[in-house]
Amino acid sequence: MSIIPQPLTQFPWRVLGLLLAIAMFGTLVLYSAAGGSIFPWATNQAVRFCVFSAMALVLSRIPLEIFARFAFPAYAGVLIALFLVELIGGVAGGSQRWINLGFMQLQPSEFMKPIIVLAVARFYARLPVGEIRSWNAIWPALVLIGLPWALVLVQPDLGTATMILAGGVTVMFLAGLPLRLFIGSGLTLACIVPVAFSFLHDYQQKRVLIFMDPESDPLGAGYHISQSKIAIGSGGIWGKGFLQGSQSHLDYLPEGHTDFVFATMAEEWGMAGGLLLIGAFMLLFRWGLRVAMRTSDRFARLVAAGLTTTIFFYVAINLMMVMGLAPVVGIPLPFMSYGGSSMLTVMLCVGIIMAIDRSNSRASNPGNWG
Amino acid sequence: MKFPSPKRQIITEAAQSFTFTRRTMVLGAIQGGIGALLAARMAWISIAENEKYTLLSESNRVNLTLIPPRRGWIIDRNGRPLANNRTDFRVDLIPQRVVDADATVKHLAQLLSLESDEVDRIREELDKSAGFRPVQVADKLTYDQYAAVSVRLPDLPGVAPSQGFSRHYPAGSTVGHLLGYVGAATAEEYKERKNPLLITPGFKVGKDGLERAFDEHLTGKPGAKRVEVTARGKIVRELTTRPDTPGHSIKLTIDAGLQEYAGRRLATQSGSVVVIDCTNGDVLAMASMPSFDPNSFSDGISQLEWAMLSQDDHVPLRNKTLQGLYPPGSTVKPMVALALLEAGIGPQETVGCAGALRVGNTLFHCHKRRGHGAVNMRTAIAQSCDIYFYQMAQRIGMDRIAAMARRCGMGQRFDLPFPSQSYGTVPDPAWKLKKYDQKWQVYDTVNATIGQGYMLINPLQMAVMAARLATGKQLMPNFLHGAKRPSPSSVGASEEHLVIIRDAMSAVVNGGGTGGAARMAIPDVLIAGKTGTAQVRRITMAERAGGVRRDASLAFKLRDHALFQGFAPFDNPRYAVGCIIEHGGHMIRNEDAPMIASDTLSYLFDPKKAMEKLETLEKGWGGTPTERQARQMGAFRLARAIEKGEVPPPAADNASNAAEAGNSATPPPPAADEAGDVPPPPGSNVADAP
Repeated sequence: MSIIPQPLTQFPWRVLGLLLAIAMFGTLVLYSAAGGSIFPWATNQAVRFCVFSAMALVLSRIPLEIFARFAFPAYAGVLIALFLVELIGGVAGGSQRWINLGFMQLQPSEFMKPIIVLAVARFYARLPVGEIRSWNAIWPALVLIGLPWALVLVQPDLGTATMILAGGVTVMFLAGLPLRLFIGSGLTLACIVPVAFSFLHDYQQKRVLIFMDPESDPLGAGYHISQSKIAIGSGGIWGKGFLQGSQSHLDYLPEGHTDFVFATMAEEWGMAGGLLLIGAFMLLFRWGLRVAMRTSDRFARLVAAGLTTTIFFYVAINLMMVMGLAPVVGIPLPFMSYGGSSMLTVMLCVGIIMAIDRSNSRASNPGNWG
Repeated sequence: MKFPSPKRQIITEAAQSFTFTRRTMVLGAIQGGIGALLAARMAWISIAENEKYTLLSESNRVNLTLIPPRRGWIIDRNGRPLANNRTDFRVDLIPQRVVDADATVKHLAQLLSLESDEVDRIREELDKSAGFRPVQVADKLTYDQYAAVSVRLPDLPGVAPSQGFSRHYPAGSTVGHLLGYVGAATAEEYKERKNPLLITPGFKVGKDGLERAFDEHLTGKPGAKRVEVTARGKIVRELTTRPDTPGHSIKLTIDAGLQEYAGRRLATQSGSVVVIDCTNGDVLAMASMPSFDPNSFSDGISQLEWAMLSQDDHVPLRNKTLQGLYPPGSTVKPMVALALLEAGIGPQETVGCAGALRVGNTLFHCHKRRGHGAVNMRTAIAQSCDIYFYQMAQRIGMDRIAAMARRCGMGQRFDLPFPSQSYGTVPDPAWKLKKYDQKWQVYDTVNATIGQGYMLINPLQMAVMAARLATGKQLMPNFLHGAKRPSPSSVGASEEHLVIIRDAMSAVVNGGGTGGAARMAIPDVLIAGKTGTAQVRRITMAERAGGVRRDASLAFKLRDHALFQGFAPFDNPRYAVGCIIEHGGHMIRNEDAPMIASDTLSYLFDPKKAMEKLETLEKGWGGTPTERQARQMGAFRLARAIEKGEVPPPAADNASNAAEAGNSATPPPPAADEAGDVPPPPGSNVADAP
């Protein structure tokens, strides 16, 4: 045995170190985005990271059964909150997303991202194994996903709706539903997309069209993507240097500290910084999927893989958007973008995965816990 | 399904676990794949497209501002500046960026204490502006005013204070028509040339006169200032500055002192003086007064000033030296006499003048009702006897006279660097047939002989005629100092004939002739010349019977033009002069053409003495043209204010006039006035000129 005491080796050092590295990098970028100042963003972000890390560690101590038990009640609660948003939610930026609680703005759709994974996983965990290939295995999951998806879509928040759908469908896929269902609906979707396109809001349609050809309107709606690509491209391999980014410092890059923080980073740190960050996120996802594969409990492994994928969607959609591979949908980059809601959600995911990891190691070394 | 066997469940449980592991690996692979895709995309943008995006990023960051080039100087023959540049602080408005035009203009008017007519001009120009063209608010500001605007810039979007150069004409209005003026380029010019320099605040192009003709030569190369700007256009810092290259200067044949003298010497009259160097045709002075002040024109003229200038019956907006056409009157007589000599008429042949001559059905009078008695050529010119010329001209016919007139420069269009030029008419039978489809009549010859009828001349042509009579060479007027030109061909008259003409012209001034007023106070310099009176109205038989009305009793527009052409010294001509006083009517001796022409020439021989005389005279006229114009402006402003306050209908009328005038960039063509200059129809009238 090692000389290091058991609780310390049990502590998830590696993943916490990884997250700390990403968050510190993010804080550094925010420091630069503010023109070389720790105000207003860098300090806030650092404090939030510490608070939410503590929260994640507390979550990791909670027994899995609690998550399983509260999956459906939590789902119901957030769904009600989504209804409330529709009814009484304040108007912000043309779309209703917040409930004003007086002391803070609550954005329930943000919580739906991890909770949809919990709820769908809970459903499949309780489903008798033999029924996995029956109709009964499909429609309740579709209802679970469809309700919040529709509510978020009418807000309208295309990005979050997509993530809720993707998170739920990923769990369905992992639960073992027949593969032909996914292939079939994938093909159907390809046919429906053009029809669905016509139902999108004007500004959403515009975003999609401009994503196809951002240079067509470089000063108008394509401005975000154009400026973001200019920032990334002008950074080159090694970047312009810390605090030297002209695109972000001279305000050419819009949302340089929130959704487009990656462009701010890439301008100053270049491709080297970008690849390092992508690599770090890949390590995080590898950790999450490995936790899932080590787990034998059905609920736990679906949750671990599903939440990992949720974080993955954040990263992938944001980076694709920033690099001109996806339309601008307003998905932040975890740990890098300034903002509390997204960090809270991602830390919730991380905390739950850590809890699963912890129960695994406890299960594999039962003797230690005699 | 309802009761699954435990055995089957165990198998399925294991199978499901296996499926989960496999699908998680697929998921991992997809995630890895997307990660690789993102990395590749990143590499593509930042390596393969690095150059393109670096360029775009630089063009975002760096803003290139043009520094308007200083305009080349215009200098006189001795190197004295006629037009130069003055450092000044100025404020412009960029209409595109102005948010609240009304409030901004109001704020600026208060900061810079602008006159209300200036505010009106700014408002009007803002309305008409195409958005990108800057509108000048004010220039020649003090540093304090400039600073006052500069510190308030954050509250005044679209306001652009700058430090630059403005055009300055030291001689003021006396060079107005000669040099023209400069101004901001019009929207049409920008659309045509697409040169960004044209819309740079403070950049001016030549609008008229020599400024316009030599615009390209005078315009230098702009400098550039590279500044780092934010997306909102705020300047962060200056990067590099390349200074401008001033335009080339132009050296004119004009003598700055003489030009100013001539302009001032024209007194309160509406007239022009042209002085030509007899050795080579260089134009030494070309003044047309009254004139606009090119200094105030170049700053953007106010509506009020424009209204005043366009309503003035002395037509300050017209360049009379080139665009004014007048019947030359008796000033053509020496030229006609030269044609007579050429045709073989002896200088001593006499004609009896009884005061009138019947030609066909009409009685043509001499200006001296009692007649001159027997006159030879010298007396005929000196006393300006009309009967002599009526008779003699009939003997040789119009064609020979017209040919001589053309050789003397009448009706000739000169190659001059001015945008417009009216070149008059030399009528002859062929011309009349073509123009009116009528046969030439004897009375046409008679009219033309004394410079009436169809004959028209501009003041420059008159000076050219004087120079050609003085030298016998077909001198061409020229404005560029040291310009190469072919040696002039001969007028076609023998030196012997020229001496006769010069002697006769000297007699006009020095031999008891009609031009005694032109006698020069310079010892040993005798001026030769010829007076002229050009009638602009018909004199009816009834009026003649009751006595021809004196000019003083007539309205300004009906008075005769007074003319004088001549040269000095008479025996060895050095300088030639032409002078026309519009509707002068020979009423005031020291403001009449002969004395103005003579004094102007005397400046070339004794500038000090000439200046002394001018300064004494100016006291009687109410000061220099600049002082008089300022006073006129004040009176006009007051009159306008009273009018606006008390009598609304005339105010509306004036406003419409002003708007019309403000719309045209160049002085309006002298349409109405030209009609007044049209000679009376031949045949029905009786010409009468001294």
